[in-house]
This record gives sequence, C-alpha cells and structure tokens, in this order.
Amino acid sequence: MTSAAIPTLMARGLVKRYGRVVAIDSADFDLMPGEILGVIGDNGAGKSSLIRALSGALRPDAGEIRLDGELVSFASPIEARQAGIETVYQTLALSPALSISDNMFLGREIRSSGLLGKLFHQLDRKAMADIARKKLSELGLLTIQNIQQPVETLSGGQRQGVAVARAAAFGSKVIILDEPTAALGVKESRKVLDLVLKVRARGVPIVLISHNMPHVFEVADRIHIHRLGKRATVIKPRDVSMADAVAIMTGALAPMTA
Amino acid sequence: MADKFDGLPGYSGEAALSDTDAPHARFDIDNVGPLGRVQRFLHAFPTMVPLIVLALSVVGFGLFAGSKFFSPYNMSLIVQQVSIIGVLAVAQSLIILTAGIDLSVAATMVLSSVIAGHLAVRLGINAPVSLLISFACGTAIGFLNGFLVTRIRLPPFIATLGTWNVFYALNLYVSGAQSIRGAEIDAAAPMLKFFGENFSLFGTQISYGSLLLVLVFGILWYALTKTAWGRHVYAVGDDREAAELAGIRTDRVLISVYAVAGLICAIAGWSAIGRVGAVSPTSFFEGNLQSITAVVIGGISLFGGRGSILGPLIGALIVGVFQSGLRIAGVDVLWQLFAIGWLIIIAVSVDQWIRRISA
Repeated sequence: MTSAAIPTLMARGLVKRYGRVVAIDSADFDLMPGEILGVIGDNGAGKSSLIRALSGALRPDAGEIRLDGELVSFASPIEARQAGIETVYQTLALSPALSISDNMFLGREIRSSGLLGKLFHQLDRKAMADIARKKLSELGLLTIQNIQQPVETLSGGQRQGVAVARAAAFGSKVIILDEPTAALGVKESRKVLDLVLKVRARGVPIVLISHNMPHVFEVADRIHIHRLGKRATVIKPRDVSMADAVAIMTGALAPMTA
Repeated sequence: MADKFDGLPGYSGEAALSDTDAPHARFDIDNVGPLGRVQRFLHAFPTMVPLIVLALSVVGFGLFAGSKFFSPYNMSLIVQQVSIIGVLAVAQSLIILTAGIDLSVAATMVLSSVIAGHLAVRLGINAPVSLLISFACGTAIGFLNGFLVTRIRLPPFIATLGTWNVFYALNLYVSGAQSIRGAEIDAAAPMLKFFGENFSLFGTQISYGSLLLVLVFGILWYALTKTAWGRHVYAVGDDREAAELAGIRTDRVLISVYAVAGLICAIAGWSAIGRVGAVSPTSFFEGNLQSITAVVIGGISLFGGRGSILGPLIGALIVGVFQSGLRIAGVDVLWQLFAIGWLIIIAVSVDQWIRRISA
C-alpha cells in the first residue's frame, strides 16, 4: 500500500440532507486495494448513510464517488453491484426457503446451454450447484454438507458464510460487510472473522462496519472513524488503543493528524 | 495483539476459542424424536400431506361407496368436475406463492368467457380472434391487479376485492345478464365449446378440459421449478425485502405473476364454456373460494414462498373425490361442505406446524 496507489473505492465531499438533518456532511472515504477497512462510529454518526451511499442504496446530494479512479454514480444497489460493489446486508438478503445454491445465484442464474435453455429458459442446476460448492469450499465453508439444503436449516454463522461467499463469488472489486458478527455467538463470530481474512487473502478489499471494537481491531488494516456525519480520522489499529478510538468516536479526544 | 484487548468487556475468552476447529453448528438430524422426523420430512416434501390425504380418501370412499365410486368412469368424471376450479387454482397458487391472494380469479374467468362469447356469437367475429381478445382482456385485468399491488401499494386482498366487483359488474353489463345458449354457440362458433368434448379411453370419459388442466399444471410446474422466473417468484413470496436486496426487481416479478394469473383465468374461461355448455355470466360465483380451498388443501402456504404447484392439483382432486364419494354414498350435500371445511382447517394447521421447524 504505497501512498501513490489509487484507492479502490474513494469518496470526496459526500453530502446527504434529509430536510434540515444532515446525515452526511461532506464526508471523505478511502478504501485501498487489498485492505480491510474498519468503519466505526457512534449510533447516529451517519456511518450507515455513508455505506448506503457507497452501495447505491442512497443517492448523495453532492460529492463524488470513484471506483478504481473512475467517477461513478449509482441509481440503485443493482447498479453498484454491476460495477463490482457487493454488499452483505445485516439482514443478509437470503431467501430462507430456497437452497444454498439457489440463494447464491439469486438474480444471476445460469441457463442451460442447450435448446431448453435458449427456448424455454431452463436453468442449469448442476452448473450452479458445482460453482456454489467450489466457492464455498474455497472459503473453507464446506462443513455445509448439502448445497441443496434450504438456507433456513443453517445456523446464523453458516448463513453469514453463504452471504459472504455469494458476495465473494462474483468477481467483485469491493465487498461491504454490514455488522457481520452482530447476531452471532462467540464461536460463530470467530468463523466469520476467519472468513473475512480469507476473502482479503484473495485480494478483494473489504469494508467492515461493526460495533464490536475487538473484532474491528483484530482484522482491520486501517480504521475509519466516523463522527458527526464525516470522517474524523483514519487510524491504524496498532498505533491507537481501543480506548482512544472510542474517545475519538465520541468526541472526547480530538483526532491527531497523522 | 491480545494484550491490548485485555480487560475489555466481552473480549476475554474469545481469543482462547480462536483455535477451536470443531464444527460450530451441525445440522443435527439425530436428536429429534419420531414426530420431529415427520415434521422435517414434511418440511422437505410439503406435497406429501395432500398426496396421502388423496390416496386415503380414494381408498376410503372406494370401500365406503363401493365400485360405483371406484370405477374408471367415475374417476375420469371427478377430473372433469374439477377441471375448471383446478385451472383457477393454478392462477391462485401463483398469487399465493407471492404471499398475496386473488379474489378476482373467478370474475376474470367469467368476464373473459363472456367477452369471447359476445364477440364470436353476438358480433359474429371469427372464433380464434374472439378468444385471443378474451385472453388479452384476462391478462390486462391481471396486469391491473399487479399495478395496484406494486405501484399503488394496495394489499392484494383489497386490490382484488375491488377488481372482483368492478369486473363482475362489467361482466353483467357486457352479457346483459343473459346466458348465450349452447345451441347458439354450436351454430356460430363451436370452437368455444372445444374443451367440453370427450373421448373414451379404457372405460374412462376424458374431456379436453381435463387434458387442459394437466397441461396448464405441467407448464407452470416447469416455469416454477426450472426457470429463474420461478425461483424469483418463490424468493419474492418468501422474503420480498431480501429478494430486492439480492438484486431481483420484485415489482416486475409481481406484475408478471398477476398478468400470467389473469391469462390463466381467461384460458379457464374458454374451458368453462365447454364444461357448462353455454356462456353463463352468473356461473362459478364461488370460484374464488373454491380455488383458494384447493390451493390451501394442496399445501401451499398462505404466507408465501412455500409449496409445490402440484399440491393444488391434488387439493382440487381431494375436493372432487369428497364431493363425488359423499354424493354416491347418498350423504346430504351439507356434509360435503362440512368435510371440506374441516379439510381446510386441518391443512392450514399442518402448514403452521411444518413452518415452526425454522423458528
């Protein structure tokens, strides 16, 4: 990560107002290639608005977003995803009654190559199951035995695993994880953090939004601290203690200029 | 690194777990009782319940009502009798799979048949063209329902309660509340009665309407299980918000579902002309509730996203078997209603019980 590197995802001067409430107040954001960027901030600091703007779920009133240096503008999450920004929402956006394989390919199904596929839109179930199995085992998630198992029969951690694998599977440039460990127990959180590290090892940069400071400090390369609608500072977890990070977050400590 | 976290609430102990490699959440099937196993089995194969009920009721009435019930002729007659409600049940299933309900299916069907009859018999327009126009009308009504549900954001119950009344009134207006008799249809456009014709096969009487029933179920089974559209219908019914976030344009899926349901109703309207032998604006007034009955007995969840399209076919047949069996056994008609009422209650109770598996 040299200072000359172009950020994979960058935002400058983002603004979003709701009436007289300013949710994003000319905020900046930088995600460098191959890093895990933690995003922390107090409730109401506007970090979810920022993330929604980056993932296409919210249209900023002003400011610019650049992906690999190119200026982009997303009208919907679908457009952001087509550009390569995959978001794993806190709700996971999985369909409980559908199988793991169906969920991974939801909205981007593969059709059979034969006449049935062309004329009658037949799905290539086998190809999808094979790819799903391959992607899950690459991330060490094949404790899940049956790829045709409905998602609702999985544990919380396994569901999170499927959602992350879905995001990682489609050649994306950026993966945004919104509170991936919030609903999980200690052991399952551990698995998910390992998974996050595995995804980074494959070269995809990750934005990790979390309330859990130990989790963020453990896996993040840099931590973006959001306060009052803008970036207060960016710290490196080994330079700043967790207590100081919380103090910056709440305004008790002025951010030092790096 | 760990020293820095020491003393922080919620952290101690977690580091010690980082090296545990034991599977953290297995899908245990071993430690559930026999009832739990039945529950899991039914959860995986929800169509088994109606299938078992159908098999038991056929055998039961066979013993109870004798060979008069159990003859190939009577069996094929049962299929004929449910052929219209069965097709309507396909349309209803599509809507219910998206967690909606369509109260306008019967009105759409009757209006479509009245339009086809009016154009072909009263105005003398060529029969295939009349039918195509009636199909277009059915599709348009479905499209309107879909528009009201997605764009105006009306609950499906209210949207279709409204369109039911509107199109039932239009049906009475177009037809002048008058039936078009069979003889008039035979003279002007016999094609309208095509699905009422029969042929014999091994002692059975098979109508083209029965074949249409099987064909419509077959096509929708394919569309729902083998295409992306089918996956999307289930995903929208299961959890619409999740489907939207996963990148499915849920409004489009819903509108397409309502439009296809409208088209199926119009096709049922053509079949109904053959079955009734006339174009009757007041027929099938109970078609809505009968179609919902077939869907519910067939194991499709009213909460959306669950159940096989083959269930309602079986559900419609169960209703037909009960009606036929009780009639042949000489039981008063009121007990048919009594029995079907209990079937509905039991079917939905079983569905609730099966769904509790995921809670």
